[in-house]
Amino acid sequence: MPYLLKGLLMTIRLALVSEACILAFGLIVALLRISRIRIFRAAAAVYIDVIRGMPLILQIVIIYFGLGHLGIGLSKFAAGVLALTICYAAYEAEIFRAGILSIHKGQMEAARSLGMGYFKAMRYIILPQAIRRVIPPLSNEFIALLKDTSLVSVIALSEVFQRGRELMGTKANVTPLVGVAICYLIVTIPLMRLVQRTEKWLSRGD
Amino acid sequence: MKTKIQGALVFSIAALFLAFLLVAGGCGGEKGLTIKSGVLMMGSDTTYPPFENMEGGKAVGFDVDLATEIAKRMGLKLEVVPTAWDGIIPGLKTGKFDILMSAMTITPERAKEINFSDPYIDSDQSICVKKGSPIKDEDDLKGKVVGVQIDTTGQFTAEKMEGLKEISKFDTILLAFEALEQGKIDAIINDYPVNAYMSKIRGKTEVVKEIKTDEKYGIGVKKGNEKLLQEINEALREIKADGTYDKIFQKWFGQPS
Repeated sequence: MPYLLKGLLMTIRLALVSEACILAFGLIVALLRISRIRIFRAAAAVYIDVIRGMPLILQIVIIYFGLGHLGIGLSKFAAGVLALTICYAAYEAEIFRAGILSIHKGQMEAARSLGMGYFKAMRYIILPQAIRRVIPPLSNEFIALLKDTSLVSVIALSEVFQRGRELMGTKANVTPLVGVAICYLIVTIPLMRLVQRTEKWLSRGD
Repeated sequence: MKTKIQGALVFSIAALFLAFLLVAGGCGGEKGLTIKSGVLMMGSDTTYPPFENMEGGKAVGFDVDLATEIAKRMGLKLEVVPTAWDGIIPGLKTGKFDILMSAMTITPERAKEINFSDPYIDSDQSICVKKGSPIKDEDDLKGKVVGVQIDTTGQFTAEKMEGLKEISKFDTILLAFEALEQGKIDAIINDYPVNAYMSKIRGKTEVVKEIKTDEKYGIGVKKGNEKLLQEINEALREIKADGTYDKIFQKWFGQPS
């Protein structure tokens, strides 16, 4: 079990580092996606479609081994973070976009009529409201991300799922997998509760 | 509106039921010597040349040829079930296939979970590196990253070495070779015949050291299925005695056994 818990720490580290990158990159993609400049809009749309149309495990292998062939040597951890970021940013960009578009356009018009520029209005008026609305779906995405880090085991990163499979082989039976399941659940179940509570708390104001 | 929803509900339940039937249908069947009558199903991680790998959608290799011969002598047809290595023992235990033949070394831990046939080939460990690497033996591996396939005797051998920087555990040995050739890892520790074969066909790596471990491969059979095990051992003895084994060995390793 201590062996698995060490793997769980790696899983959590991978998820947290990736999530930070995903939020930043996802927001940028969302802003490009609704930009008034057509080429930005098109580029973001293509990115979102292409990435969402491919399995994550394929992206992980392409980034680790594919980039290696091009002479870009990434560590397993870096490749994992990059793949998870590229993949999840596409999904989270769509969530951000939905959040931003859900804010009545009168808000933007009002802000602009007060003399604010587009970016200032976005930063101080639209985004604070939009982000509040997308916290629950983003949290759910984070839980999904935490589980999907298991796919990074394909490039030999020693996270909890891989360690479980390893023990399964040395002990030649499947009980370690039960341990792995418990490892995930002790993290995901409290997270799910937390999401429910925040959801309730956020909806109080509405 | 209500009937529409009800209709949809009935439809989805019916669809689920149908799907269940389709899945469950494959599992039935009477209890004979093998799971499917007339067929010997062999679970194998087909990513391990020259013992077993897929070529044009067909499994080929030393193990496959040997198993085909064993099945023939038992009056059965061989069917290879490609299986991920780390799930191969659970697969055998839960009856996904009759035998497990996948370049598997007989170890005491594994023998607690499944029965093994008589050994059918010797296989030692070896160190494989990129051509031109300064690594020559175990001592040179100190502070280096060593790649293995997860849950293999290669991994167990690496774990006994002291001073390694890291052991990278890959799902298949093919991925480990990809990583070695790209310089992501410094060496691979794996079964000698496979390291030698992979180096020969891919040409970018070389085997620098053989590590004697006295390993022998065996065919896995579920515990409790003693009759099948006995028939396999008999067939194996015949194949060795009449020279068929030598022919298969010569075909895959280019030398007499």
